[in-house]
Formats: sequence, structure tokens, C-alpha cells
Amino acid sequence: MIKSQSRRLESFRKELGALTALILLCVVMSFASPYFFSLTNLMNILRQSTLIGIVAAGMTMIIITGGIDLSVGSVLSLSSCLTAGMIIFYGWNVWLSVILGILIGAVFGLINGLLITQIPLPPFIATLGIMGVARGFAFVYTGGAPIYTLPKSFRYLGQGMIGPVPFPVLLMLVIYVIFYLLLKRTKLGRYAYAIGGNEEAAILSGIPVAKYKVIVYSLTSALAALAGMILAARLDAATSVAGDGFELDVIAAVVIGGTSMSGGQGGVIGSLIGALIMGVVRNGLNLLLVSSHWQRVILGLIILLAVTVDVLRKKGIFGKARR
Amino acid sequence: MGVVSLDQSYVVEMKGIRKEFPGVVALDNVGFNLRKGEVHALVGENGAGKSTLIKILAGAHQADHGDVYVNGQKVNILSPRHAQELGISVIYQEFNLIPYLSVAENIFLGRESMSGRYFINNRDNRARAREVLDRLELDVDVDETVAELGVAQRQMVEVAKALSMQANIIVMDEPTSALGNREIEQLFKTIEKMKAQGISVIYISHRLEELWQIADRVTVLRDGQYIATTDIDKLDKEQLIKQMVGRDLTEQFPERNVRIGEEMLRVENLSKAGVLKDVSFRVRRGEVVGFAGLVGSGRTELMRCLFGADRFDTGKVYLNNQEVQIKSPRDAISHGIGFITEDRQGQGLMLVRPVKENITITALDQVIKKLFIDYEEETNVAGDMVERLRIRTPGLEQEVRYLSGGNQQKVVIAKWLLEKARILIFDEPTRGIDVGAKKEVYSLINELVGQGVGVIMVSSELPEVLGMSDRIYVMSAGRITGELSAQEATQERILEYATKE
Repeated sequence: MIKSQSRRLESFRKELGALTALILLCVVMSFASPYFFSLTNLMNILRQSTLIGIVAAGMTMIIITGGIDLSVGSVLSLSSCLTAGMIIFYGWNVWLSVILGILIGAVFGLINGLLITQIPLPPFIATLGIMGVARGFAFVYTGGAPIYTLPKSFRYLGQGMIGPVPFPVLLMLVIYVIFYLLLKRTKLGRYAYAIGGNEEAAILSGIPVAKYKVIVYSLTSALAALAGMILAARLDAATSVAGDGFELDVIAAVVIGGTSMSGGQGGVIGSLIGALIMGVVRNGLNLLLVSSHWQRVILGLIILLAVTVDVLRKKGIFGKARR
Repeated sequence: MGVVSLDQSYVVEMKGIRKEFPGVVALDNVGFNLRKGEVHALVGENGAGKSTLIKILAGAHQADHGDVYVNGQKVNILSPRHAQELGISVIYQEFNLIPYLSVAENIFLGRESMSGRYFINNRDNRARAREVLDRLELDVDVDETVAELGVAQRQMVEVAKALSMQANIIVMDEPTSALGNREIEQLFKTIEKMKAQGISVIYISHRLEELWQIADRVTVLRDGQYIATTDIDKLDKEQLIKQMVGRDLTEQFPERNVRIGEEMLRVENLSKAGVLKDVSFRVRRGEVVGFAGLVGSGRTELMRCLFGADRFDTGKVYLNNQEVQIKSPRDAISHGIGFITEDRQGQGLMLVRPVKENITITALDQVIKKLFIDYEEETNVAGDMVERLRIRTPGLEQEVRYLSGGNQQKVVIAKWLLEKARILIFDEPTRGIDVGAKKEVYSLINELVGQGVGVIMVSSELPEVLGMSDRIYVMSAGRITGELSAQEATQERILEYATKE
């Protein structure tokens, strides 16, 4: 019993590193700015982390299978524009439009998955292509102009509060509970690890690899579409430029969270912490009046630092070497 | 340590070597020496310390205690590069060649002749490469891309590369494990030529039979301890095995008393353009069917087709007299066929995942309750397998990559036992695993056929095929060229069929 418990702790060791970094950051920021540790600001950080956080849950799964998805930013934008269009231009029911928008997102994921498994194209190439296609459609559909003055019921997605907690934050937490269970307790998750661990072995073990890859890409694109809704609802505008470069932020959160780009290892808890680290750093730098230009530099360095620590830890520089 | 007078005839001498890793003493007071122009075999079960000793010589590890002399000079080998400068070259099981570069480019990689400062002098490189290959009369085209070469030829490229670095001490780690008989002969000829040129070879192998063909002396390690160094002519295989395992392994192939039942599998006229031609065979309940042949004779390809991993053009597969369509491994598995591949690490295991997950991956449905994996059930099921197969692992959560070769192989077998496969294909089941683990695998095969499983065993080790099979098919150039019962089979007859075109 004791043994299995220490094993369980062991399996969280990776997340522990990221968590320690997050806590340290919070402590430092609390000293640097008196405003940082207020409830309003903390909620702010959580709210700002939701978009990256939500999509990172799916991206984690993709990266665990040994893949990558560069199209999430574009899918986010296109889905939000189409949904906003359905509501504003055609006057369709808000919730129907949201669901359709998410389904359209999922279809792009399906296409990603089919390109990757049926042709097969490398995930980088397939999703790079779809990234362009989806972004292009968003421009074509909107003519480059934002779609705004969305109804209040829609804006709730981004601006609603349940007690002191923003609705999208709650949504994110629910998504993380679901994805945690998916990854750790279901066939889908177990097979994702197996595919990333050794795809050939997975095929020879009778796993329908193509099917599961398609599911994983579809789920992630659906999450990207959902994030698009939340963003449009928060800004009260859907735009064809939304989520530009977003895919890299999402990948960064996953990597900071300790998921290995070579596949087969990692988990969503780390990615949530990774998203929060990025949120805290952005927020803290804003409070300290660091320009957004310098913020990019600093965030880039943080990614390098996080992965360096991870690599060194694997080499056994920190703690005992494994053999 | 004091001053030690050294026998000048040794090119390498290692004394009192000790190396510890966290929690393990990998080597304890181990000695080893190598004469000029000899082939010195280094043997021992997995975990005996062979690789650690070699890695110290190659500069990949540093010894905690002890002295290393190269050509009579006391040295402290700090890095692989330093070892190279001392004339030591290691040819590992996994080759260090770049697949899409040519033979010549590979041989001189990082040491190209230049014309001027910026341009590589390809003509000169090719000439030099040819020269090195000619020295050993190796039949390899310098312009060929390495990806196009067979395993044996790649090995020769590695040898040539080592020689081109002026190496006079060459370590070969399991050089024959992926070679067929004819290729092994070629390799041995190459080694003889190296010897004739005064090059010394440290030869690591699990295939003990071949040591009497190629080695001059043999050093045995066991559990990190030095056991003995003996002239190879002064002992026989049983004595050597005794040294390795510390006990008598009287019966290498355990007795089996199984009644062979009705036909389970029949393959008729299976063909695949350029690979397989009109292959027909059958497997009965409780039978071990051996597949012998040279490397490249189509045995693995046949098994991949049967398992649905590759497509075939024509042919029929019958299970219990019912024709079945197998289009994917999934189909094969649903029909009760399991496949233990020859390349464990590349095709059999998820190395970064725990033992537990590797065992339950094919039979995950057994531990899923409603939607969710029942962890407790999974732990029980996997734990039972670990116990039943005596898989040596610190725990079920241990990543498979940290297990020894023999235990990794048992993990692969465990997953098919859990799946309750009724026909099991073993492709080179004992490649690269030690004597003790080999015997366990054989016992396990016996246990399986005792339970009515039909076993197909592809193997390039003739003693294994002869010792284990009830019936043997011999393949050559994609066809079955002979079928022999256990009684009529001999090494000579198998080789005769295997070389029949």
C-alpha cells in the first residue's frame, strides 16, 4: 500500500517541478507588486489562462501520441467567425450556432487526422496546411472585418461569473477533469501513450492507431473552436486575426508542463500548470509595466529554461540518476 | 597501486576494475587483457558486467577503481574520442551510420579530405574508402547508400570505418546477432583478415557455439565478478556455460511431452510479389513448428503477412478449417494469433511506458469496467504475469527500457499470454538474451504447447530450431524448400535446403 502510494507520488514528480516553479513565481510577484495577490487579479490570471489552458488539454494528448497541431489558432478564429456570423448575419439561435461552430472546428480536426493517418502526411505538414486553409477561410468569410455586438447570452461564455469565479475558468476546470480521466483511465488515453511510446508496437498490438489519432485531433480542434467562442464572447467580437500565433503559446504551455515532444510521456495536469505559469508571467510583467515587446523575449526564455531543466533532470544532474 | 611490470605482448590490460552505479556494483575487481592479433571473447549473462567493462575501455564510463593500460602505457580514458585516439573502436549492436549517406561518406564522416578550405574532395574520399575496404577484401560499393545495404554489409562499413581511424583494438558487441549463417561466415573471414594484420578483437556474443570457430581465448564474467580466462580449446560448451551461470545447465532444451492434436492453422499458396512465392504450411495443436533459413529468406516477411502487418497478393489462410481474412494485426489478434517480433525494442515494446501498461496493452478490455480502466484489476493481472514469467523488475511501474533484454522479452510474451493467443509466432525469441533467460523462454514455449497452443518459431540459431521443433520448415528466397520432422532434421540437411535456390 505504502509502496503504491509512493509510486503515485513518483508519477507526479514531473508536475511537481512545474508546480514549484508556479508557486515560486507567485511568491516573487507578490513581493514585486502589492496588487498581484488580490482576488480580482488572481481571477484575472485564471481568466487569461483559459484559452491556452483549454486547448492545451487537447494538445497534450496530441503531443503524447507523438504528433503536433499547428492549426489550433486558425481553427479558433474560423469557428468563432462562423458562429458569430450565424448569430449576427443569419439570426440563428445562439446555442445552436455555438454547437455548430464547435462541430465545424471538430471537422477540421477530423481532416487533420485523416491527412495524417490516411495519406499519411507528417502531423507538422498536415496541420501547417490546415492552419493556412482555416485562417484563409476566416478572412474570406469576414472580408477581414470583425463581427461584433454579439448577444448577451453569447457573451456569457466569456464574461459570465459564477460567484467570484469566471464562467470560462470553471469550464476549463471541468475540461481538465474530463481530459485527466480520459488520459489516465480510458482506452483512448492509454492508447495515446502507447502510440506515442512506439507506434509500430501499438499497431502490432492490435490498436486501431488511425482511429485513435483522428479522435485526438478532432477533440483538440473542438476545444480550439470552444476557445474561439470564449475569446469572441469576451471581446464581444469575432475576428479573422484572432489567435494568431496561439498554437505556439499552447505548445509552450504543454512543454513547460513537462510533456515530452518525442511522445509517450506527459500529462494534462502539467499543461494546466504550464498555462498558468504563462498567465502569471504575462500578468506580472504587465503589472510591472514591462512592455509587450520585452514580454515576448521573457516568455521565450522561460520556455527554454523549462525544457532545459527537464533535460538536465533526465540526465540526472538534479537528484539521483536513474539507471 | 604501485608500479606493475607489464607483459609487453598485451595491447590492453585492465586490472582491479571496480564500477558502481547507484545501488549496484556493476564490476568488482575485474581483470582483462588482450594480446596483439587475438580474438578474445567476453561472455557472461546479461547484467554480468560485459557492457560496463567495454564502456570503460571505450571512454563512455570511468572506473571508480583500477588501472587500464593500453600498449603498456597507463591511461585514464576520458571520452570516446580519447579512446579512438588510443586506437580503440567499438562496433555496437545498433550501428552508428547515417542511412542516407554513401559508404565512403560514412567511413570518413567528420574526417573528410578537403580540397581547399570549404570543399570536400569526394574523389579522394572514395579512393581512400576503397583502399580500406580492399584491405579486408570487403565486397561493398563505396558509392552505395548505407540504407540500401544489408545488416552484414553495414557491419563491414563499421569495421572499415574503425580501420580508417587506425584502430588496432576493435570491440564487437554481438556482431552476429542479426546475421544469417552465410553472413556470419563472411564476418569471420573478415575477422581472420583483421587478425592477420595484427588487429586485436574483443568479441562479445551470446551465441556460444561460434566462439570455438573464431575466438582464441575467452573471459567469463558473472554478476560483476571476474570468473576466468581460458584458451578456448581447453574447454567445451558445457564447461563454459557452467562458468557463466555458476551451475550446471545440463539440459539446455527442456524435455517436452505433448500430444500433438488436430490442425489449427493452414496457409495455402501465399504469395507476395518479389518476397514470397507459393508458401504453404500448417500448424497443429500443441506443436512447435520451426522456420529455419538464411537471413532474407522471407521468414519474417511471411509471418508479418500471416499476422496482417503486411499485405500479400494471393493465398488463403485457414483457422480450424475455416478460411479467414486477415487484413490487419487487429484481425489476426481477434482470431487468436499473437506475434512476438524479432525486434523487441523497435516493434514490441513501448520503452518509456511502465511494465504494467506494456503487459495489458493488447488485452485492455479485460481490465476495463464500463468506461474506465480498473487500476486494481490491472495491477493484479499484470502482477500475476510478472510472477508467472518471473520477470525481474523493481515494480510494475518501472519503465520497460530499464529492464534487461531477457526480461523485456518476457514482457512481450506476457502480453500475448494475457491475450490468450492460441497461435503464437515467436520471431527469433532468444536473440540477444542470456543463457538463463533462454532456458526460461524454452520452458515457457513448452508450457504453452502443453496447454494446446500452436507455436511457430522463426530462428536463425540452428541448435535452437533443432532442439525445440516438432517439425521444421526451411525457407530460401521466399519459398519453402524443405519440410523436416524432428527425427530427420540435422544441421546439414537444414543448411542444404536453406541454400537451395
